[in-house]
Amino acid sequence: MIYILCLILFFIGLYGIFCKKNLIKIVLGFIIMENAVNLFLILLGYKNNGIAPIMTKSMRLDEFLASSVDPLPQALVLTSIVIGLAVTALMVAVAIRIYERFGTFDITEIKRLKG
Amino acid sequence: MNTLPYFVLIPLAGAFLVVFLNVLTRNKVRVISEILANVITLALFIMTIFMFNKSGMYVIGKWVPPLGINLVLDGLSGLMLSIVNLIAFTATLFSINYMRRYTANNYYYALFLLMLAGMNGVLLSGDFFNLFVFIEIASIASYALVGFGTEADELEASFKYMVMGGIASTFILLAIALLYSQFGVLNMAYISEAIANSEFNILLKFTLFLFIAAFSVKAAIIPFHAWLPDAHPAAPAPISAMLSGVVIKTLGLYAMIRVMYNIFGFNGGNMLAYMGLISIMVGGLLALGQMDMKRLLAYSSISQIGYIILGIGLGTKLGILAALFHLVNHSVFKSLLFMNSGSVYHRLGTRNLDEMGGLNKVMPITGGTSLIASLSISGMPPFNGFFSKLLIIIACIQSGHTIFAFWAIAGSIFTLAYYMKMQRYAFFGSLKESYKSIKESPFFMSVSMIILAILCLATSFLLIPQLRDAVLTPAVEVILNADTYKALVIK
Repeated sequence: MIYILCLILFFIGLYGIFCKKNLIKIVLGFIIMENAVNLFLILLGYKNNGIAPIMTKSMRLDEFLASSVDPLPQALVLTSIVIGLAVTALMVAVAIRIYERFGTFDITEIKRLKG
Repeated sequence: MNTLPYFVLIPLAGAFLVVFLNVLTRNKVRVISEILANVITLALFIMTIFMFNKSGMYVIGKWVPPLGINLVLDGLSGLMLSIVNLIAFTATLFSINYMRRYTANNYYYALFLLMLAGMNGVLLSGDFFNLFVFIEIASIASYALVGFGTEADELEASFKYMVMGGIASTFILLAIALLYSQFGVLNMAYISEAIANSEFNILLKFTLFLFIAAFSVKAAIIPFHAWLPDAHPAAPAPISAMLSGVVIKTLGLYAMIRVMYNIFGFNGGNMLAYMGLISIMVGGLLALGQMDMKRLLAYSSISQIGYIILGIGLGTKLGILAALFHLVNHSVFKSLLFMNSGSVYHRLGTRNLDEMGGLNKVMPITGGTSLIASLSISGMPPFNGFFSKLLIIIACIQSGHTIFAFWAIAGSIFTLAYYMKMQRYAFFGSLKESYKSIKESPFFMSVSMIILAILCLATSFLLIPQLRDAVLTPAVEVILNADTYKALVIK
């Protein structure tokens, strides 16, 4: 169920990128899409009533494995959030520069390149 | 195999060192970043020569796979690695004179080295998540480099590239998440083993589809090509040479071949061949109508990538050999052609073919090298392009697809036509009065163009059986036989 919500979120982002005409809205669509994938990744490691994946001396190994959440997706998501931040920052910076040159955020008016 | 991490570490450290040294010297000494970048790329190229024909694995931090991160070198990545670092060296050499027109040189070299680190990482990475991270490093650096001029055109192209590249990257991440959900590992060799032992269900098919779509965007295969004709002309000339020469091949083709053939063991039937044929024809036709020199070259890249995809899609030994040979050749002559256009732009300040003419009289080195490159790319003997295209056509006939061979020949005629057009408008004909006082391109630009022009001839010798067995055959073996790759990692 929650995976379907993830997918819906992903498609909302995709819709924003393809159908919106404002540069900032495209960037927002991109952020939504990226977060949908991050959410999906983090859900892969989720367990109901799971514990943090830190093993203490009092735990047995099989018990620990059965109850702890998967730590790998969390590490991956942290990396991918950082990458996403870099892309978003670059996108916003370019969008601001485009606004300086063209005086608009509307992509139908920004079309000097074609052919 | 202990040298493998240095292919990533050296350019990565160099990127930060360039910026740091410039802060120390308060941006007064431009030469520092130039020398540093050139030394690094030259050192990396020399390292690739020593690594040639070796294969092996490096385990980072003694965490054995499938748990830890590993770097893998085999025939295919070795071949790509040497080409990438060779083109990177000529591009930095070319940048010395060319980048004088821009400010903030230190950031240019820092981004360049980051892009190089990302590409070397993609070629060596042995697990999926690092593949994604390195693809992103290379892509983000190239988005920034495309928009480096910060004029209206550059920014527009950069934004377009960023949106399309960003969607592709998200698809790759989604596909990796799906793979992880099914197998619980990220190591490529172990996933490959697991896929071979499991049923090829709908989820795996969807994952493969996501990978192919994403890498097609990165490789600019038609219909995913829309960003390329904008982004490649907008970038500074040495970056165009890198983008067209090696970036689309590393991030797109190499990753696609690795995932399809080695991980999924899926050769796609004739799907890749059809995609290649469409790219050849559409790219060629669009290139014919261009009057912007770099735009013509960009469309030509799409068309030539089509040849490589066609050869690989055939799936026969000869087809893949021819495709890899064409990949090597295309990196050499397309980089050379973009450098020629950069050299013309450096002196004339225009990319419009209408405004040129008779440049052979004033720029003999640029004219001569571009003639060599044009003849190579349109497939004239004795240059390298002739042999690789001939091999692709023979491979088509040998595998029983005579129609493919016919289309490949037709595409080759188009290639000849638009390169003759470029030569005719730019380098032959009468010289305009206002251009009489134009000088030849500066020293380092000429040197790097001459190096690549010599390579246009020299790479023909890769077909001699001894050299072929040393250089191309190991790469073909890796593609055809997924077990060679697995055997390197799974002991």
